Amino acid sequence: MKLFEFLVSPAECARRRGPEDRIVTSSRVRLARNLKDLPFPVWAKKPDRLRAMERIRPAVESLPVMKDAYSESIDRLSSLEKQILVERHLISREQAAKGPGSGLVLSRDETISVMINEEDHLRMQALLPGLQLKETWRIMDQFDTRLEEKLPFAFDRKLGYLTACPTNLGTGIRVSAMLHLPGLVLNENMGQIIQSVNKLGLAVRGLYGEGTEAFGNIFQISNQRTLGEDENRIVQRLEKVIGQVIEHEENARATLLERKPKVVLNHIGRAYGILSNAHSISSKETMNLLSLLRLGMDLGLFPGIERVLVDELFLLTQPGHLQLQSTDNLSAEDRDLRRADMLRERLAGVKRPLDRPREGGPA
Amino acid sequence: MLCCICKEKKATVHLTQIVGDSVQKLDMCEECAREKGLDDPTEFALADQVLGLGAAQALEQAASGGEVKCPGCGYTQSDFKKSGRLGCARCYETFYAGLEGLLRSMHADIRHAGKTPRSAAAPSPAATDQHKQLAQQLEQAIAREDYEKAAQLRDEIRALKAREAARLGGKETA
Repeated sequence: MKLFEFLVSPAECARRRGPEDRIVTSSRVRLARNLKDLPFPVWAKKPDRLRAMERIRPAVESLPVMKDAYSESIDRLSSLEKQILVERHLISREQAAKGPGSGLVLSRDETISVMINEEDHLRMQALLPGLQLKETWRIMDQFDTRLEEKLPFAFDRKLGYLTACPTNLGTGIRVSAMLHLPGLVLNENMGQIIQSVNKLGLAVRGLYGEGTEAFGNIFQISNQRTLGEDENRIVQRLEKVIGQVIEHEENARATLLERKPKVVLNHIGRAYGILSNAHSISSKETMNLLSLLRLGMDLGLFPGIERVLVDELFLLTQPGHLQLQSTDNLSAEDRDLRRADMLRERLAGVKRPLDRPREGGPA
Repeated sequence: MLCCICKEKKATVHLTQIVGDSVQKLDMCEECAREKGLDDPTEFALADQVLGLGAAQALEQAASGGEVKCPGCGYTQSDFKKSGRLGCARCYETFYAGLEGLLRSMHADIRHAGKTPRSAAAPSPAATDQHKQLAQQLEQAIAREDYEKAAQLRDEIRALKAREAARLGGKETA
């Protein structure tokens, strides 16, 4: 089956709902595992990488949750297909750059994605909408338990699961959530939040993980330590901290509206103005302005318009998704034009934001 | 400016690394820099970038007495230093001496406390002994009709079982 027939549409993607999804867009749990008897992928020579792939891929495909899964070698995917997978957070940028011997197995509902021969032999993730870290961990835990019946994982009583990088050693777990925090950014409190979250041994990163910028006021919070604590405790700590960040974000929004309503309305009004009238716009500017539009919707400034519209545009305006809607090969400049065309068209039915938040608070 | 290591020669190699809010600066003479393996920036970069400043040094010290090579995959200390990653599962044994300090600095503890694959799971010998003892005491308590003591022992056995189950990554069924 072709990848683009397998994946749900951006519209359907945007309609996925979860708890606290006003602020938390998604929850993710990733486990790193390696085979006991083969060198780790980065160091392994090609024959060993292929051997690992030959053993892992059928084992993963045979699990019941992988019925009707999408399974493919990375070198058989086009660069556009890989770009789309990265934009959907289904593979890492590192995996997209890999050659023969690396692969992807993606469950029918797109919840579980398994990268084969990334930095470790196995990088498996469960991804759910909204804030549901416990459930995400439960799904991943179950998947891992079933897979370990079929594959001999490298495990040491003292050090736990052995990983290529010592930073993942032990549980091999990375628990993370993606948060939309425009209030804290406008309020200039984000620096403080990052510092205090860091102090708790948690990391704050941009939209596409390690080393990326926080486009669209979207931040990823995740654990850094993987050894010496059990998975449940790591999940609980993250959930607690994220709960507090949500509270801070809500407070920041309320405070901004009370103390600097004009600043907030100005930002949102200008974002609307540019997005619905521009004829050329970059992906970065689009994300930052769509974030403000989303904030406007959360604050009830766009009655009758659902947040789904913005979430869909967030995906549709990214380079890969934009290219996918065109038959020509688009240059960066072409993309900026097409992006603006699409935004004008899709926002044509959206009336300009209200002059003040509606009585009785946000919709 | 004098070299911050030998404090004798002029510092000509200047290194700045920013980690979070803290800026670390090293000013060294060429000789000391070479000794620390910092003369080739590509050599230096990754282990320190991935594992934190000083990681490369710690590794080098652990390797004093010659190049250690992993019997499992042929990976060497300097491969690790360059990439910040290990070559295979056995590398953890091979390079453990140099790793322990690093692990301590980057993790909550250096003893795994999480999930255990079923294949590796077995009750610890200590727990088995303790369980035997408690069971014996329980029998004796029942024999002498000391039910208060028996109830207490029964609870202890249950708690022990639950702890073991949790340690082995199973569900707590106390």
